[in-house]
Amino acid sequence: MNRYDVIVIGGGPAGLAAAISADRRGAEVLLIEREARLGGILKQCIHDGFGLVRFGEKLSGPEYVERFIKEFRERRIQSSLLTFVTDMKKTDHGFVLRAVNRSGVHEYEAKALVLATGCRERTAKQVQIHGTRPAGVLTAGTAQHFVNLQGKMPARKCVILGSGDIGLIMARRLTLEGAEVLGVYEVKPTPSGLTRNIVQCLDDYKIPLYLSHTVTRVFGEQRLTAVEVAEVDEQMQPIKSTRKRIACDTLILSVGLIPENEMAEKLGVRLDTKTKGPVCNHRFMTEVEGVFSCGNALHVNDLVDYVSESGELSGTAAAEYAEKMGSTKRREVSLNTDASLQYLVPQKLALSEGLDKVIFYFRSREVLKQGTLVFLVDGKEVFHRKYRNLKPPEMERLELNCTSFGLSDASRIDVQIKKEGDI
Amino acid sequence: MKELTCIVCPNGCSLRVEKKDGQWEVSGNQCKRGITFAIEEMTHPMRTISSTVRTSFPEVPVIPVRVSAEIPKERIFDVMKQINQVRVEKICGTGDVVIENVLGLQVDVIVTSDILREWEKEQK
Repeated sequence: MNRYDVIVIGGGPAGLAAAISADRRGAEVLLIEREARLGGILKQCIHDGFGLVRFGEKLSGPEYVERFIKEFRERRIQSSLLTFVTDMKKTDHGFVLRAVNRSGVHEYEAKALVLATGCRERTAKQVQIHGTRPAGVLTAGTAQHFVNLQGKMPARKCVILGSGDIGLIMARRLTLEGAEVLGVYEVKPTPSGLTRNIVQCLDDYKIPLYLSHTVTRVFGEQRLTAVEVAEVDEQMQPIKSTRKRIACDTLILSVGLIPENEMAEKLGVRLDTKTKGPVCNHRFMTEVEGVFSCGNALHVNDLVDYVSESGELSGTAAAEYAEKMGSTKRREVSLNTDASLQYLVPQKLALSEGLDKVIFYFRSREVLKQGTLVFLVDGKEVFHRKYRNLKPPEMERLELNCTSFGLSDASRIDVQIKKEGDI
Repeated sequence: MKELTCIVCPNGCSLRVEKKDGQWEVSGNQCKRGITFAIEEMTHPMRTISSTVRTSFPEVPVIPVRVSAEIPKERIFDVMKQINQVRVEKICGTGDVVIENVLGLQVDVIVTSDILREWEKEQK
């Protein structure tokens, strides 16, 4: 049997950072990755802008992740590539994992698990589009794989549905390679992607963005020949009189990302309906003792810098947990949020573990010119901070010392964003 | 007066820029880079671009590249044309130059991944 302190599942930016920090903390670590190479999705994210927060440099995805791969190798951390985890069980001593790779089926034991499984794109099946099933309907990530890794062009004349960041990035990428991008259609009245991507990927190339619009139908037998678009009303229902047919050979979908938690659910980890990732405490431990979550599996980030940060923190926490397993009792308080927040991570504070440096990630529900984030303990305000330009697509990070909050097991914590005028 | 969104970092500040007595005045920025960006945007907009170049290795048909520093926005498609003429015949990796001083813009086109080197190692 192969025994480890910490097994990390996933070799993208979150998993690499988790493995490195767990190793730094002295743990015996194994990283399991299903693909042939480490790096996760960053392998195909060749655009620049990664690492501004962490390194103060604008790097491409491969450059960013190769810095972590280099450290991972220098530390001689064990990894098992082209290996797929098929089963996980909790035992009295930790966990037993079963995984398949080219040399057969293997079992591994670990005291702690870090789930760094990233996220998946929503596909055509998850959005309501009528019509035939021709070739030429693909997600932005798939298009990115074709162009940036395989060197193949999946489109000549395309329409993009959804204004997620990868869709915007691909609008520019396909334009640079000579394709014609007829427009980006977003069902919501505001864009889903970062404002800077609207500017540098669409405006720079005069690609039109149609807000409150959607694709309602696809046409074509073998290959896509056209799509039907329509404006939507306030309930996001297509307005029939605005229907228009647009000839194109490709429809690219950038309609959202969902944290990948199939493994977590097998272990009985409870998911947050808002983030679609596990409910966890500020040490990134899920409700199943010894199971940690980080990166895009925990919640969908817009910057890789924060993916690495959560990976690092969860790796350290997992190593510490493995070291003193079972010696401390869990004492946690939940953070209650109202409708002003789209979500808040972590969802709980672990009272018996360092509250002096807690990192919160949150998104506002609405676009706010000015808003104040407020923490209340048993109805009393213990912290507030003003923010300018809060936007749902732009995640905020906050580092807080919570030791002065006077928390006990019976405390109730509420977190809200108050609009200007509410206070 | 013109309103711009700064693209230097993810903060994406909303900038206002206007020319007063021959001097550019910028507001709305949270850091100095915003001022430089706004003035450049009004006078000579600069961008970085990333792309891929072909290789002669079928298992790694393309490798990623980018410009080593910003180039004038209006030269993006000219630089793309140069990038698309490159074919990498030798193993190379992150930081290696594939086009030196592209179109005399004082900027190189550099490789941004070690994927070819990795692949070569795997063959041994």
